[in-house]
Amino acid sequence: MSAVAEAPVAATADARKAGDWLLVATAILLCVWVLLPIYLLIVNALSSPQDVTGFPKRFFPSFDLGSLSFFINFAGVARALWNSVLVATLTMILSIGFGAPAGYALSRFDFAGKGTFRFLVLMTRAFPLPLLALPLAVMFIRTGLDDTAIGLALVHTTLALPFAVLITFSLFSGIPVELEEAAWTLGCTRWQAFRKVILPLALPGIAASAVFAFTISWNEVFAAAVLTIENRTLTAFLLQSLGESPLYLKFAGGAALVVPALIFIFAVRKYLFAMWGIANR
Amino acid sequence: MNGKALPYLLLMPATLFLCVFFLYPFVLVAFEAVTRDGAFTLDNFRAMAGSWKFPATVRNTLLLAAIVVPIQLAMALLMASIVSRLEAGRSAALYIFAIPLGISDLAAGLIWLAIFDQSGFLNTLLSSLGIVDRPVMFLGYQSKLTIFIAVVLAEIWRATAIMMVILVAGMGLIPREYHEAAEVFGAGPWKRFVRITLPLLRPSLQTAIILRVILAFEVFAVVAALGGTNLPVLMGETYNWQFTLQDRNVAAASALLILAISIGFTLFFLRVLRVPKEARI
Repeated sequence: MSAVAEAPVAATADARKAGDWLLVATAILLCVWVLLPIYLLIVNALSSPQDVTGFPKRFFPSFDLGSLSFFINFAGVARALWNSVLVATLTMILSIGFGAPAGYALSRFDFAGKGTFRFLVLMTRAFPLPLLALPLAVMFIRTGLDDTAIGLALVHTTLALPFAVLITFSLFSGIPVELEEAAWTLGCTRWQAFRKVILPLALPGIAASAVFAFTISWNEVFAAAVLTIENRTLTAFLLQSLGESPLYLKFAGGAALVVPALIFIFAVRKYLFAMWGIANR
Repeated sequence: MNGKALPYLLLMPATLFLCVFFLYPFVLVAFEAVTRDGAFTLDNFRAMAGSWKFPATVRNTLLLAAIVVPIQLAMALLMASIVSRLEAGRSAALYIFAIPLGISDLAAGLIWLAIFDQSGFLNTLLSSLGIVDRPVMFLGYQSKLTIFIAVVLAEIWRATAIMMVILVAGMGLIPREYHEAAEVFGAGPWKRFVRITLPLLRPSLQTAIILRVILAFEVFAVVAALGGTNLPVLMGETYNWQFTLQDRNVAAASALLILAISIGFTLFFLRVLRVPKEARI
């Protein structure tokens, strides 16, 4: 009796075990798919220029800093790196500075035009925003903003602002309004309640969305290439020298773009999914 | 302070910003596209469409999107399902899958250049396996097909993460009880996926597909890094009109075409994947 009853159970257990094994194997395979190309780029960046252009290649770096030091000392690279950091920092400040108040307003108030505003913000995503750099190039020449970090940061903010609004909206929505109300009854003004109760709770999330804005600007290529000539960012610099620069310069530059990105994503990993969960709707 | 005015005050900075740097340049670009020297004309569109590269440009861009997006959708669904079922190593897998989210298209292009270049890792692998006796030129101007394949791989590698993140966030919103109930009634994993996960994931699928399709029409730096000008795409041609040919009216016309295609596809997917109000969770 019992043997008959146990057989199917054992079969399901076996099937489940096989399924688990398949699951883990696929997960590992996908991780390799993501990581291997990055590893190969890093191998190139950490090898001597001769190794990079030579053939056949080795799958391990020779740990020669030749390529990297060539890249760092190449005319214009240090400046381009600095410009990238500067533009991304400005973008981060502008998009959080403009976006966070809007996100707070959307999460805490009911008012006429709320739906319209949210729709407008959502719609910006349906536009290829880097293209806006084309007409702005002319406007910036008139206002003296052409080829400046702040000019480019303004365009990058257009890219990052909608995300900042939606992400901070989801953040503030996740903090119970009762906390604020309690502070009011204890004699806090609206501003004090916000500063002392809500802000400390929201700060890590706001920092994460700031990092996200930084990454958007750090990675943007088209607008940067259109709007900067003397003050190129690293992406614009690499794009414009693609045709003539040697391979090891390209790969070292690529690594310089990738490594900060790895750190940024690691820094915001906890918030990545929560941010998108609500930014979706 | 008047409580009624507060939300509008908080929205003001973001609204003003979007008006100046989103709506205004959008109007400008539309205006520049249909005028030349101040007079209304359709010559810009004729110049754009008359260029010998134009048919190839449109074909390449649409073909890329048509091939890349479905594969990405399948991979993102696979990644999201794996992550949601994984017990050990869940957060590590999530982080690794999300890494490309922080990597720019230019860096992704350079990463795959390290693989497909004539002295790159693919040739090394092929020759050490004895498949080829001397390095193959994958990215030369005569090998459009391999350039195309390289771009497809680079795009899949880079941009699957954004869909994955949106879908993981969406799956997190589906109540566990549905799955448990289905399991009690004997539905297998595949049946649960098709009958429960997919329908309830529709809002997220909609967001993911729209966002990804729009980004696919903006493909630019990956192509520039891998194919140079050998694989013309819309965004790259827009850049050429603006920069190399110094004709911003035609560049504006080209930008408007990308906008039109993006908006067209957005409306299409909004309609096809419409989520009825009562079906939202």
